[in-house]
Amino acid sequence: MADQARFTDLAMEYMPALYSAALRMTRNRADAEDLVQETYLKAYRAFGSFTEGTNLKAWLYRILTNTFINSYRAAKRRPEVTDVEDVEDLYLYRRLAGTDGRSRSAEDEALDGFTDDEVKAALESLPEDFRIAVLLADVEGFSYKEIAEITEVPIGTVMSRIHRGRRALQKALHEFAESRGLVGSASRRSGD
Amino acid sequence: MAAVEDVPETRHGEAGGDDGYPMDCDELVHSLYHYLDGELNDERRRQIQEHLDLCGPCADVAEFEAELRVVIAERCRDRVPESLVERVAAAIDEERRSHHGGA
Repeated sequence: MADQARFTDLAMEYMPALYSAALRMTRNRADAEDLVQETYLKAYRAFGSFTEGTNLKAWLYRILTNTFINSYRAAKRRPEVTDVEDVEDLYLYRRLAGTDGRSRSAEDEALDGFTDDEVKAALESLPEDFRIAVLLADVEGFSYKEIAEITEVPIGTVMSRIHRGRRALQKALHEFAESRGLVGSASRRSGD
Repeated sequence: MAAVEDVPETRHGEAGGDDGYPMDCDELVHSLYHYLDGELNDERRRQIQEHLDLCGPCADVAEFEAELRVVIAERCRDRVPESLVERVAAAIDEERRSHHGGA
């Protein structure tokens, strides 16, 4: 049983990560700050039930995600898009790379060119369930099993949301790359 | 701890290279996310690594997807406002004081 006196020492270091996740979830700075504060308070109160030495980061994220779903998402009245269109595998790769004769640097250049704002906007454009799955996997590096525990859905659902969410994310990123004029060159499109 | 089983057989009914046939590129793409996520059992992982060692185009794809992952993680960082850190610390202090009752 963890000692509340240790809470600050152990938990505060995760605030930057939790804050980023909160921003992606709420898409609103004021709400993100409230969500983080509420999460830390809940975590502090419940810390007695946490077993020190187990996965504190996942435990904190579970509180964050539950609080978001119960308090913030539930507050919305307008209907939420809940699915993503089916997008092919390697969506971004196929459009950034050519077929033969492509240069590796063209792909690198496209990847380097994505700004913070673009990537965040692309992720935030996903419906919430997919957005949360992808951010837990790709930004925070949780395993499928950890994500299943954090979001309280079956692991098969987690996999599906991650894979489909990533493809949707790639499509959104592609739109940014396109607007920067990095794609559309005939010599690079496969199949031409 | 057992690794999560990779691509469920029911999805496409493929043999998945376990019967000794070499993996083809379509199969690799299909399993690529599981591979990059570290979610395959050792044998499956070995098969994919073998394919990547031998197949330049697939290695290129894998490298791109891995790099994209890094880019996403790096770009999605945010600076925590100092005011939030203070707010949270104050809220915890308040909570601690209101429950301590002289202990």
